[in-house]
Amino acid sequence: MKAQAEKEKISLIGYIIVAIFFLLIMRLWQLQILQGNEYRKISESNRLRIVRIPAPRGIIFDRNHVPLVKNSAYFFASVIPGEFDHGKLPVLAKLLKMPAEELLARLSASQATPFVPAKLKQGLSLKEIAYIEARKSDIPGLMIEAEVSREYPYGELGAHLLGYLGKPSPSQLKEPSFKNIPPDMFVGQWGIEKLYDASLRGTPGQKIIEVNALGRQLRLLQERPPVKGDDLVISIDIDLQREAERAFGDRAGALVAIKPTTGEILGMVSKPSFDPNLFTRGMSREQWLSIAANKKNPMLNRALQSQYPPGSTFKIVTALAGLETGAITPDMKVDCRGGILLGNRRFGCWRKEGHGILSLHRAIVESCDVYFYEVGRRVGIDRIAQYAAALGLGQKTGIELGRERQGVVPSTAWKKETSGMPWFPGETLNAAIGQGYVAATPLQLASMMSAVANGGLRYKPSFVVHSEPAIAGRLTANPYNLEIIRKGLFGVVNERSGTGWAAKSYLTTVSGKTGTAQVVALGRGAGALHERFQDHAWFVAFAPHEHPEIALAVLVEHGGHGGAAAAPIAKTAIEAYLRPKPAPDTADH
Amino acid sequence: MISVDRRALRNFDWLSLAVALAISVIGIMTIYSATRPLSAEPHPTFYLRQIIWLSLGVFALLATAWIDYLWIDRSARVLYAIGVALLILVFFLGRTGMGAQRWLSIGPISFQPSELFKIAYIIMLAHYLSTLRSPLDARSLLKAFFLLTFLPFLLLVKQPDLGTGLIIVMMFLALTAARGMEKRVAVLLLVLSLISLPFLGNVFWEGLKDYQKSRLVAFIEPETDPTGIGYQLNQSKITVGSGKVLGKGYLHGTQGPFRFLPEKHTDFVFAVFAEEWGFLGSVFLLTLYMVLILRGLDTALKAKDDFGRLLALGITFMFMMYLSINIGMTMGLMPVVGIPLPFMSYGGTALLTNLLCVGILISIRMHRFELFH
Repeated sequence: MKAQAEKEKISLIGYIIVAIFFLLIMRLWQLQILQGNEYRKISESNRLRIVRIPAPRGIIFDRNHVPLVKNSAYFFASVIPGEFDHGKLPVLAKLLKMPAEELLARLSASQATPFVPAKLKQGLSLKEIAYIEARKSDIPGLMIEAEVSREYPYGELGAHLLGYLGKPSPSQLKEPSFKNIPPDMFVGQWGIEKLYDASLRGTPGQKIIEVNALGRQLRLLQERPPVKGDDLVISIDIDLQREAERAFGDRAGALVAIKPTTGEILGMVSKPSFDPNLFTRGMSREQWLSIAANKKNPMLNRALQSQYPPGSTFKIVTALAGLETGAITPDMKVDCRGGILLGNRRFGCWRKEGHGILSLHRAIVESCDVYFYEVGRRVGIDRIAQYAAALGLGQKTGIELGRERQGVVPSTAWKKETSGMPWFPGETLNAAIGQGYVAATPLQLASMMSAVANGGLRYKPSFVVHSEPAIAGRLTANPYNLEIIRKGLFGVVNERSGTGWAAKSYLTTVSGKTGTAQVVALGRGAGALHERFQDHAWFVAFAPHEHPEIALAVLVEHGGHGGAAAAPIAKTAIEAYLRPKPAPDTADH
Repeated sequence: MISVDRRALRNFDWLSLAVALAISVIGIMTIYSATRPLSAEPHPTFYLRQIIWLSLGVFALLATAWIDYLWIDRSARVLYAIGVALLILVFFLGRTGMGAQRWLSIGPISFQPSELFKIAYIIMLAHYLSTLRSPLDARSLLKAFFLLTFLPFLLLVKQPDLGTGLIIVMMFLALTAARGMEKRVAVLLLVLSLISLPFLGNVFWEGLKDYQKSRLVAFIEPETDPTGIGYQLNQSKITVGSGKVLGKGYLHGTQGPFRFLPEKHTDFVFAVFAEEWGFLGSVFLLTLYMVLILRGLDTALKAKDDFGRLLALGITFMFMMYLSINIGMTMGLMPVVGIPLPFMSYGGTALLTNLLCVGILISIRMHRFELFH
């Protein structure tokens, strides 16, 4: 009886035990069979990492195959948060020479990914690397990582042109063209780097590696090498660029040089400039403020994003309009007595004592305002506007570099539209000498000079060498009339009392035109003015006179008189470009 | 003292021995795989040490099997006293490992007294209960609890070895229930425990160390703490689940060697096995365990006296508890408590103890026909 009860009790225990085993097996079934695929996938992704291998970016060369950028290694100190001992924080702070709070902030920011190195200090110098490497073993998890970064060996030189790299912004990442760009990849954010980013960028490779829980690579399973970005030869001549920038010194301004036969940009200066290396490497707050809060606005590309009254350089337009419309002949004589009266208002010549009797050629050479008042009066504003437009003023050149300004070419219709007011005859006189409403960018004036030099063809400015030039407009002018103007421009530099004498070169024959853009309408010769109120100086030119190979426009902000301030810079740039060069060292790529 | 008798030899329980050995060998293979290095580093020697302990254990098993368990009955008090003494000793002299004071060292050998104490406790409890009249009344129940169970429970929790402490209490409840108690005592016990549960729960919770609390929290919400205990639980489930039907193959598991699964060769060794051998292998392994445990139950049924029956039941319960809690936590059915899987988890003392237990079971089975002592 008792034995029977014991037997029943034990077999009950047996059933309970079997039931528990059944339960465990059910759970196994659930995990391994029902959810097995899912867990297998997770275990694979635990173990496998896809690592991007950045593609070396294409190198940008100048027209003579001088490299303008470099890809160089760039080092930073990182810590694997999961391995780091927080007791070592003071030691680490001392080692990296950074405040402990900042390190702690960076570490806690990457707490969610304890096995991914957190970047602590970027842009280490070789000295710092050696120092850290020697003490690395004291701090678990500390490592030095390297990335390829862009270096601009010329620094500020041509910075507006070359641009810089940066990580894509959150809004950029949403754009379709950034679909395959990882958020930590450097892409072109400005200038040529941005314009040709797609071809410079290359195709990143990838490797699939097996890692352990600490993220250490254990085995390479698959590798697809990166494809280097395409190299790019741009039309810039770095010698021209360098010497022109040096000639500017500390003065603000811009220079644009164009090859008249193709529209290639040979040089583009905008001063003050900035160091693109700071953007690519990351800069301190002070460095950023010195750029962003600078009153002189170094980020502005004055060559195309700033417009100024063209001053006397506009007399080229006025003269052409006069000749082409038949309103004047080259032989038309005007007697300059230092000014004329229109109604009861006096319009002065820059030379108060007057030029005496002169014809068109001498009027250009000596830049006589009174002569061009007369031309303007005869032609009328609307026909001046027509020829200004034919020479590319008042419209965008179509350069694909930043937001270009289009300048102003006033006309009766324009004034009615913008202010609702009628056109006054006196305004025509102002416009005829490039003052008043007229405004142009240095790029537009360079493009105009290129058209004057080559007989009337305007090309869309481009940075690509040997490409098919794109024609932006064609000036239909009598070649004889253009030749009269060109001769005048030759005289400006090379004849007695020409205003552009400072551009005279013994290396080549320069033809050009000075210009002085009034900043405020003060009486001429008001004495020593504050720099801020000084006039802008212009010089536009092409060379050599017989077979032009370079056309350019120079603007010096608050430079005073064009002949004195801007012409020497133009001469420097022209000579730098036309001077015979040593054979390019092509092995340097 | 040792009497080898032909009939006893004929009744030797080869099945229990074979199954226990098979599981131990599977365990060593799994430890080997779980700790294998991925680079050219030398292989950690865990598996070698486990092989040595296995040899010692088999020797102990055979020796115990040959001893008539009557001698065990007679020396129960001495064994229990030694066990408690060891626990007290570890309290003062113990070596700290993994945040708990669990090890005692004798020369080069370290061992965990709490593992050895388990057997002493089961023997003593079986001995004591077998002397009492069945069904148990309230007085003897309380006596058994406060005389035998309470002090070692406190000592174990203080170590802290919460897992073994709880096992002791559960063993007490299971074995007294198996012995049979008066109905009103059983009802009283049930009501008492129901009433005191919230109160005890509170005391229990307050008494827990932070890591013990976080284990419980992590069990309820594994995602709250993906790098700590919750991480362990998640990775354990991933390890088991990724084995699918046929497993990744022996020495092809990844979770352990790649260090995603902590405690891979100790408490979570079953996960590594399930990953490499899949559902089929795991069911086979569980079947081996079930055979061993049901065989122990059968031994209890066939035991010739109350002590033998209670001892066999106690050992079987212990195996079952360890197994279900360990595999349960490996598969995310229970909170993470530091409970090893019998015969498989790396740990010499535990393996030795478990083989010793199998030896006792074999002894009970082998000597059941000897009527006269």
